[in-house]
Amino acid sequence: MGSGNIGTDLMYKLLKSDKLSVDAMIGIDPASDGLARARAEGIETTHEGADWLLERADDFDIVFEATTAGVHRHYAPKYEQAGLRAVDLTPAKVGPNVVPVVNIEEAINRPNVNMITCGGQATVPIVAAVNDVAAVPYAEIVSTVASKSAGPGTRQNIDEFTKTTSRALEEVGGATVGKAIMILNPAEPPIIMRNTVFCALAEGFDEEVVAKSIIDKVEQVQEYVPGYRLKSDPVFDQGPYETPGGSAPARVIALLEVEGAADYFPPYAGNLDIMTAAATKVGEAIAAAQTEASS
Amino acid sequence: MTDFRLTDSTLRDGSHALAHQFTEDQVRAIVGGLDLAGVPVIEVSHGDGLGGSSFNYGFSHTDEKLLLKAAVDEANRAKIAVLMLPGIGTKEDLREVADIGVQVARIATHCTEADISEQHIALAKDLGMETVGFLMMAHMISPEELLDQAKLMESYGADCVYVVDSAGAMTMDDARERVALLKANLESQVGIHAHNNLSLAVANSIAALDEGVDQIDGCTTGLGAGAGNCPTEILVAALERSGVHTGVDPFTVMDVAEEVVRPLQPHQGVIDRDGLLLGYAGVYGSFLLHAKRAAERFGVDSKDILLELGRRGAVGGQEDMIIDVAVELERQAAESQASA
Repeated sequence: MGSGNIGTDLMYKLLKSDKLSVDAMIGIDPASDGLARARAEGIETTHEGADWLLERADDFDIVFEATTAGVHRHYAPKYEQAGLRAVDLTPAKVGPNVVPVVNIEEAINRPNVNMITCGGQATVPIVAAVNDVAAVPYAEIVSTVASKSAGPGTRQNIDEFTKTTSRALEEVGGATVGKAIMILNPAEPPIIMRNTVFCALAEGFDEEVVAKSIIDKVEQVQEYVPGYRLKSDPVFDQGPYETPGGSAPARVIALLEVEGAADYFPPYAGNLDIMTAAATKVGEAIAAAQTEASS
Repeated sequence: MTDFRLTDSTLRDGSHALAHQFTEDQVRAIVGGLDLAGVPVIEVSHGDGLGGSSFNYGFSHTDEKLLLKAAVDEANRAKIAVLMLPGIGTKEDLREVADIGVQVARIATHCTEADISEQHIALAKDLGMETVGFLMMAHMISPEELLDQAKLMESYGADCVYVVDSAGAMTMDDARERVALLKANLESQVGIHAHNNLSLAVANSIAALDEGVDQIDGCTTGLGAGAGNCPTEILVAALERSGVHTGVDPFTVMDVAEEVVRPLQPHQGVIDRDGLLLGYAGVYGSFLLHAKRAAERFGVDSKDILLELGRRGAVGGQEDMIIDVAVELERQAAESQASA
């Protein structure tokens, strides 16, 4: 659903999957580039929107929503009624937040899951990795993306990004308090998406264990986002720090870069790439669970 | 009737110089003094705006909402203003400060990203606040490009749009050209916010006034990010000597500077090499103290950090990039030592 930038990049990722088959691309603009590209790949297309999908619901199992939060909120109950599982890439927040390497099991039995934000997909794994081996009273992330890679939806609703991501740092990452900051950088050539994750560390952590947990998690994300990498070893600083989640003796900083696979967007737009790659991963997990259930 | 309106930002931009450690008592003393001197607008916020208290920018000593309550309580004539950067602060912050009694909301974006401020400017207007659009790092783009962005902010409802020289990189011609073009093409007011890296903050403000600027920012003693801001008491004195009516009593504001703010200042307002380099290379002023700290932490030169940030085109808010650059410089130093 949605033949814009995200939908089109997602289509190319889904085409590469051996667990999913892309059977339709649904838009509302007959002249859209995304629909033309889908036709070129031999995929059935329509510009009649979600109503077309609902009429043909029996032909499909999963719908990936890459339209807007408003559209998704309106159609989510109808998808469910029609027996379609929804993977939501908009900020509609109908279903629970999912990050593939953290809580993919959440996705398996839910009618609807939400992919949070690009910054959330890039940073929540790190917070979760630290939280696996140490208490994290406070986590903070700074996500910097190239101005060119942020569409009008993101720009007009920048609060959605900060609030949704902050909540995911807590609910999925496991931090007691989360804070997210987003920066747009207009430099030319465009900068590759970068993220800095700060985790406050409560008493009793082991530096080596924390560092290893982070590095292992990065490798897991690399399985579906090859351009996801640490720019250096995790940096440990001694505090004490008075954070909004309480005082902490130390913090760890992970500096991350996300280079996209350039399926449809240029490589600098790692922020868009990580969303579509994560959504593909979630779709594959849902499909695997359905196949298992029916066999 | 004054010839322009002064906003003192000691308690916002000056917060950078004190690593965001202002206390309620200090806020009361400064607001009380500036109010008595006749300063019409006083800005109070974390240095990076509402919601800036963080690992990335430094945690505030005292919650800025408490500082704002104290400021509103202390001011008799002056309006209290806040700064907020979309992406750091949120609309909830604006609602909270409107309830506290803040009357001016200044919404800041990088000079090319005005369109992220639409909802915030509109909300501030809805809440009944006077609203300023604040285009940071305005030296980085041409006056024509700046005008396009200023028009966006005006279209969202901004009562005034500021030319903000966050890096202290503008010459007097740079300031003059930008203010003149905005004045000629906007219905809204135009403001200037100068930094002193090239020792031109007062001169640029006066040049802007020649072009008809409506609002000017200062900080008492120049207390502010980077090499400091346009010193309020010096601006007032220089303008009064030039026959410009500031509405501020020069002697009272000098007393506030000398007796209230200067004792808090960690170092006298000297433009050292790092401060000058920021202006020369056009690097965001707030990076200065963070770069000095990172230089010490990673055993590298702060000058190299600042120049590399300039090369990478870092924009306001990217303080995390300082750690990134410092770590990389440390690694390069280790590698060249190993190969030597």
